Amino acid sequence: MFFTYLRRELRRRRKAALVVASGLALGIALVIVVGAVSEGMSQAQARVLQSLYGLGTDMTVTKAAEPPGEGQAQGRPRFEFDAKESGDDSDQSSDMVIVQGQSLADSTVAKVADQDGVADTVGGLSARVMKVNGQFTRGEIEPGQTPPGGGRGGDGGEGGSGGDRVRGGGAAFDVNSYTLFGTDVAQQDLGPLTSSSITSGRTFKAAETDAEVAVVDSAYAKEQKLKVGGKLTVSGTAYAVIGIATADSGDAAANVYVPLKQAQTLADAKGKVTTVYVRATDSQRIDAVKAAVQKNVPDTTVTTSADLADTVSGSLSTAADLASGVGRWLSVIVLAAAFVVAGLLTSSAVSRRVREFGTLKALGWRSGRVTRQVVGEALVNGLIGGALGIALGLAGAWAVTAFGPTLTAELGRGTGGFGGGGFGGGGPARQTAGRAVDIALTAPVSLGAIGLAVGLAVAGGLVAGAFGGWRASRLRPADALRRIA
Amino acid sequence: MYQLSGVTKRYRRGKATVQALDGVDLAIEDGGRLVIQGPTGGGKSTLLQMLGGLDRPDSGSVLLDGVDLATLPESRLTRVRAEKIGFVFQGFNLVPTLTAQENVETALVPLGLRPRERRERAGEVLASVGLGERRGHLPGELSGGQQQRVAIARALVKSPAVLLADEPTGNLDESTRDEIMDLLETLWEDNGLTFVMVTHDTALARRAPRLATIRKGRVTIREQVAGRG
Repeated sequence: MFFTYLRRELRRRRKAALVVASGLALGIALVIVVGAVSEGMSQAQARVLQSLYGLGTDMTVTKAAEPPGEGQAQGRPRFEFDAKESGDDSDQSSDMVIVQGQSLADSTVAKVADQDGVADTVGGLSARVMKVNGQFTRGEIEPGQTPPGGGRGGDGGEGGSGGDRVRGGGAAFDVNSYTLFGTDVAQQDLGPLTSSSITSGRTFKAAETDAEVAVVDSAYAKEQKLKVGGKLTVSGTAYAVIGIATADSGDAAANVYVPLKQAQTLADAKGKVTTVYVRATDSQRIDAVKAAVQKNVPDTTVTTSADLADTVSGSLSTAADLASGVGRWLSVIVLAAAFVVAGLLTSSAVSRRVREFGTLKALGWRSGRVTRQVVGEALVNGLIGGALGIALGLAGAWAVTAFGPTLTAELGRGTGGFGGGGFGGGGPARQTAGRAVDIALTAPVSLGAIGLAVGLAVAGGLVAGAFGGWRASRLRPADALRRIA
Repeated sequence: MYQLSGVTKRYRRGKATVQALDGVDLAIEDGGRLVIQGPTGGGKSTLLQMLGGLDRPDSGSVLLDGVDLATLPESRLTRVRAEKIGFVFQGFNLVPTLTAQENVETALVPLGLRPRERRERAGEVLASVGLGERRGHLPGELSGGQQQRVAIARALVKSPAVLLADEPTGNLDESTRDEIMDLLETLWEDNGLTFVMVTHDTALARRAPRLATIRKGRVTIREQVAGRG
């Protein structure tokens, strides 16, 4: 009888049922789309952060920033070339490997590893290679006449003193700059290289701690026409290219990866690292581990994924803020309004059925049975709304993924801790500061989101049923029959 | 069957207080038949609701087979209504979305019968009121007289001890009225029911052996020689 009665009533009041279900559907669809977009944003941010950190890294430890004037002994790079004789058009080349940011003693890696809650650590050295290549020719002195009033100064390739003139001479050179990362080949499951996949050749072997081998990022390899089996010369050392790595998303953390010892030798930074990558034993304890490291390992800066996420700006950040702010509130408001409207419509439907319910009570139906009938009808309305909402939400999420814009994530811009890319940085997290990464907006709908939608549909039905059920339960048969007499 | 003593009921209508029943004493024997008459607002329906356990008096007692309906907990009162009392209303009060058969079954739902038994009993009673062929029809597809027959079947399907009818022919034309009254009287005689009916219709009132006239909440009983038609 319950289901027969319920089915017939829903059929009879299908317009009202459709209004209630549509309201709930709208709210639920909005929740699904906003949730999916938020999830897409989170995944995009995670991809951006992974491209900096690598998979599994919970935090990095770098040397604390020093006051201005200290720790800047390196200064600007300086290249010195002897000019060639006139007619000698052979190229001259020089490169320089410069540590990016400030370095730490590699004993810091072990110190950090000793802290409570630390599962794994690995050190890495980040450097930039500046390579200058070109022709430097000497000017020729041509004897000449002394003009009245003395010599004539000049710039460029022309000048002279006395009666002689200097003609020709000058420089034509290319500057090639790329990033190089010294990775601990004995422990490759942590650190920036984990965010790339080897798409050609192989990665380092554990025994290659000081081998002259290199893994090159695919984008850089393409630009420099490097292939597996080829050679890459850095500061006079020819490295065998053993693998090509492709970043899983965004840009790679470095252009070239070499064993840590090799990087230390190239950068004249023996026993130094720029970054310690840390994996915590429990993701819930990251803040505690951060505090312990900061307390027990002096002069260090600890940066967690959350800290780094705060530095993401650009349209990705704006969209994420919109999704989590406006979108979430809009969903809550629409959903709350849908619940209230559903409740009021159900309550109003009960008012129109006073005689019916009064009669049933006169026949001996308990209040609970009448209430169950009302709640059952509202619940089915809610479930219909939920089904419509899920369909609408999935369509919306699909549309966002299919037609959504490409967002840009700008990393570290405008923040003191991560600012100053290029030479001012300190490790991949810093060296990439200020760069922009394009991320396609996706809106993945998880099973959890579907579960939430079903939960909301049931909740909506129950809220509406509670309104109507409360009215129905308070109905006294005598009052009901008197009102219609 | 019924023993009412000093039953009083007031209720508010706007700012005014209406004295619907004013110290009513009334006895109705088992299997008896009583017609209640009186002017509009005189308290007829209120008295019927007291007898049916649909409302409680402000004071006094309403004994049904020795049980005071005035003080009975709500759950037990609901049970008494479900088992012992059948109602027939002037407006039929059928659930519009349920068929004639399903409407009759609603009276058996509180008794916890199995669906099959419910269907069988409802079918039998509908056949007994001449609607065996119309059991699958919705109320909207039936005439007024047929709808009232369904309502009577619904009242009788649980084999109640008491049948309470509030203006059961008020919405029917004259020929249908007589048809329904004949049916009710036959059922009363055949089933040994206690039958109480409220009506404005003097012709119908004359057909009952006892007539209770209610004015300003006070009841006067008159025994009369009853006759059909």
